[in-house]
Amino acid sequence: MIDIQEKLKEIGPYVEAPDDYMLVCRCEEVTKGEIRKAVHEGFFTIEEIRRYLRSGMGLCQGQTCGKLVKGIVSRELKVAPTEVEPAVSRAPMRPMEMEILAEDGGVAHE
Amino acid sequence: MSRVADTIIIGGGVVGCAAAYYLAKAGNSNVIVLEGTKSIGHGGSSRNGGGVRQSGRDVRELPYAMYGIKNLWPNLSEELGVDTEYTQKGNLRLGKTEEHLKKLNTLASNAQSVGLDVRMVDAKEVKEICPYLADDIIGASWCPTDGHANPLTTTLGYYKRSLEMGVKYYTDAPVKELRKIKGKVRQVVLNDGTVFEGESIILAAGYESREIARTVGVDIPMTRLIDEALVTEMQPHMFDIMLGTAGGDFYGHQAHHGSFVFGSDSGYEVVTDMKDPSAMETNSLTLSASCRAIMSYVPALKDAKIVRSWAGWLDNAFDGVPFISRVDEAPGLILACGFTGHGFGTAPAVGLMLSQMVAGEETVVDISALRYDRFKPIR
Repeated sequence: MIDIQEKLKEIGPYVEAPDDYMLVCRCEEVTKGEIRKAVHEGFFTIEEIRRYLRSGMGLCQGQTCGKLVKGIVSRELKVAPTEVEPAVSRAPMRPMEMEILAEDGGVAHE
Repeated sequence: MSRVADTIIIGGGVVGCAAAYYLAKAGNSNVIVLEGTKSIGHGGSSRNGGGVRQSGRDVRELPYAMYGIKNLWPNLSEELGVDTEYTQKGNLRLGKTEEHLKKLNTLASNAQSVGLDVRMVDAKEVKEICPYLADDIIGASWCPTDGHANPLTTTLGYYKRSLEMGVKYYTDAPVKELRKIKGKVRQVVLNDGTVFEGESIILAAGYESREIARTVGVDIPMTRLIDEALVTEMQPHMFDIMLGTAGGDFYGHQAHHGSFVFGSDSGYEVVTDMKDPSAMETNSLTLSASCRAIMSYVPALKDAKIVRSWAGWLDNAFDGVPFISRVDEAPGLILACGFTGHGFGTAPAVGLMLSQMVAGEETVVDISALRYDRFKPIR
């Protein structure tokens, strides 16, 4: 059980850092500062942060920035990176055109 | 740590978070929200296609669907301080056969009878509204006041704003049972034994509400159905309307950043079983079937790349409309579940009405048709 209000008090307010401008998610152009700030607004999981900021939601689906985001979030939460669960991977593993993905031998049902 | 509040909300989805927000807005911020998983909006709240619709809805849902679209959605982004991406550019429900048109006509006349602006349009007008659609579409129903929004930011927006207003949230707090004290539902017990106590208990935990309500002898007649959705890479701007079909092949829209979000199925969903339902695994049949369905209505998207697909469970009420109701046998308990896939678009209105029910006020529209005890034996 995580008491969000208590945890927010524990980690303290968001403090600006000189490298906050740095792009972490290149596909969706999300900065380190946006991710750090989101944690202090109550978004503690990778799942929530990607839904809130779109980090890891672009073409590469977080394959580039996933680990970086995890590191940033764990530092803000003051926990080990292993305690932050990564985002779930879903099909398709690489972006694929609809026309090709549609060719699995089935037919559209009415 | 205070485990007592005026109101305990079970379920940190869009309905629970919206109810918490409207309670706090009315000055009742002594509210605790319990989310069973680690993430707010983990279930259907973040997994739906983002429809904010009235057309095609049951006449029992329409009054509050319409109320929300008229009064709550327009200013929601400003209120929450989060961009909900609410877009009110209309909904086309497409038909390819005479049978489809007949179905659309019935839905349209039902909705017109409760005052909704929805009408039938022919193939030519369909093309005028959206030029990217297939040539074999022979007509559609058109509801200009329908639209779509971003379910992710809307759900998290209600959470963020209500958190700022002092609502207490607990995640990773799965509920085991409710307990009555002197005949009134007062206590909420977690799996780990922690006890929360409140004057009013709102149960908004999707399908899981059934098991929780059962602990005080209340059975909510609903079943669980899996559904899938997908998202494409960013595309050039094509259209702002919401799409659906009479045959239920797919629904969806283009989101503000350019991706298309579509929901569809393969036909296997009704018999889908899963060892661990919380895993919400996607089915290998569905994604391909979805692509075929979408391309047969929006052929221009054949080269759009899919970047992700996902699944979620619907809490399907036995008669297709939710249970938003106090419970005679369990005073203190307020049900808000069984949304049958319509929960996102109506969440602002439902959240507001739940806050009114807690305060003992009359709800903005009459919802007596959504009582929990409407099920009657057929013989």
